[in-house]
Amino acid sequence: MTGAGMITIVDIALLTMLCFTAIAIMVLRHLFAVAALTGAFSLLSAGLLVALDAVDVAFTEAAVGAGISTVLMLGTLALTQRREHRPPRFSLTALLVVIATGGALIYATSDMPAYGDPNAPALKHVVPFYIEGSQNDIGVPNIVTSILASYRGYDTLGEVAVIFTAGIGVMFLLGLRREDEDDEGATRRGPGRPPDAPKPGGTKS
Amino acid sequence: MNHHLVLRVVSKLLIPFILLFALYVQFHGDYGPGGGFQAGVLFASAFILYALIYGVDNAREVLPPKALRFLVPVGLIIYALTGFASIVMGGNYLDYDVLAHDPQHGQHLGILVIEFGVGTTVAAVMVTIFYAYAGRTRDVDDEDW
Amino acid sequence: MLDAIIAHYNYWLVIFLMMIGLYIVISRGNLVKKIVGLNIFQTSVFLLYITLGKVNGGTAPILTDKPETFSNPLPHVLILTAIVVGVATTALGFALVVRIRESYGSIEEDDILATERAEDEIAVNEALS
Repeated sequence: MTGAGMITIVDIALLTMLCFTAIAIMVLRHLFAVAALTGAFSLLSAGLLVALDAVDVAFTEAAVGAGISTVLMLGTLALTQRREHRPPRFSLTALLVVIATGGALIYATSDMPAYGDPNAPALKHVVPFYIEGSQNDIGVPNIVTSILASYRGYDTLGEVAVIFTAGIGVMFLLGLRREDEDDEGATRRGPGRPPDAPKPGGTKS
Repeated sequence: MNHHLVLRVVSKLLIPFILLFALYVQFHGDYGPGGGFQAGVLFASAFILYALIYGVDNAREVLPPKALRFLVPVGLIIYALTGFASIVMGGNYLDYDVLAHDPQHGQHLGILVIEFGVGTTVAAVMVTIFYAYAGRTRDVDDEDW
Repeated sequence: MLDAIIAHYNYWLVIFLMMIGLYIVISRGNLVKKIVGLNIFQTSVFLLYITLGKVNGGTAPILTDKPETFSNPLPHVLILTAIVVGVATTALGFALVVRIRESYGSIEEDDILATERAEDEIAVNEALS
């Protein structure tokens, strides 16, 4: 069996497992199981990304998806609830929307270049320039790093600014200090919001 | 988690290696897979592991939230200032060619510095987010899970 | 025929994943579940991008001494940053869920809407009396 054929089999197997994991996430009501499966989903997609030659992306996905976001989700569950209260109901509107969108997308794939096509238009534009420049102008062996940091430095600056902003947003929403939590009742109020209630989550220092 | 002896010992063994690996990923990103984003997340995950096993209060002493509030913007500022430095040296914004005598060395230097900025911000934001959640959680008994 | 299927099988499965994510977002009332659905959608968009960049016989885009063909590195760059931005925004979403739970006492959409409606009724009654 050729190398490419082998990769295709690995690829299809991983994608099929991803689909089953996603279906399980949809069906399950116990949110802890959902959190564990989300971690598994990320790990599987990291494996798939390695098969698709995107080692840097796989690295990030494994660290972020299987690590940090699972921890964040468990933290959220500890602060909220562990089970979905409503039984999953079948929603015809949602199904119709999904079928229409999915149908349109699958119809669109008929115009897309075949999987792994070396003559795909996306490969012919700036990419040869980046690959050559990475060797001659920048001298950094990892092409992804040279595009990320040098050719597309503006993009990356923007992305870091987005991460910064999201961090500030979480700080404002949840606060950094524990003292707010200590006056019980301020946080677990139950239904209804008295307008003069103290606002938890200030970032006073 | 006082009684989880295995977790405590194993995590104590693992944390230095996680930090070392994060540093390797940070500064070896030009040659192999890796870079500031991955290194930042790995660095943060070492502190999150520490906080999960030894308690958030201990983690706050190791890495105080005040330091984090300082580090979150600093990474972004390092990145942005590198761009201004290249303007001052006579190039365009974020054009690292002019940062050293040889354009290739300039590129190496520029990439190293901005990756450091990225790593700082990402690590600080991730730990900050974790602290924000953990700071609101009342202690959860093992039976509750 | 088989070639045509293999040529597009990846895209179809990725689109199927995407649609599972979309269905979860629309049909589930639990806010945590909604964010998980959004995450599945997000990850499958990442996979679609990376699939587009794959080249048969290519390797990971890291230069070595011998000449090789590389997979398209440009989508890798875009998606790498998108993953980290994605987790930061997911954290923001979860933070909003936690605050909603603190204000309304529930993270089920129905309960929240019921609370809102009850509050509106009280406000209307007060205005009328």
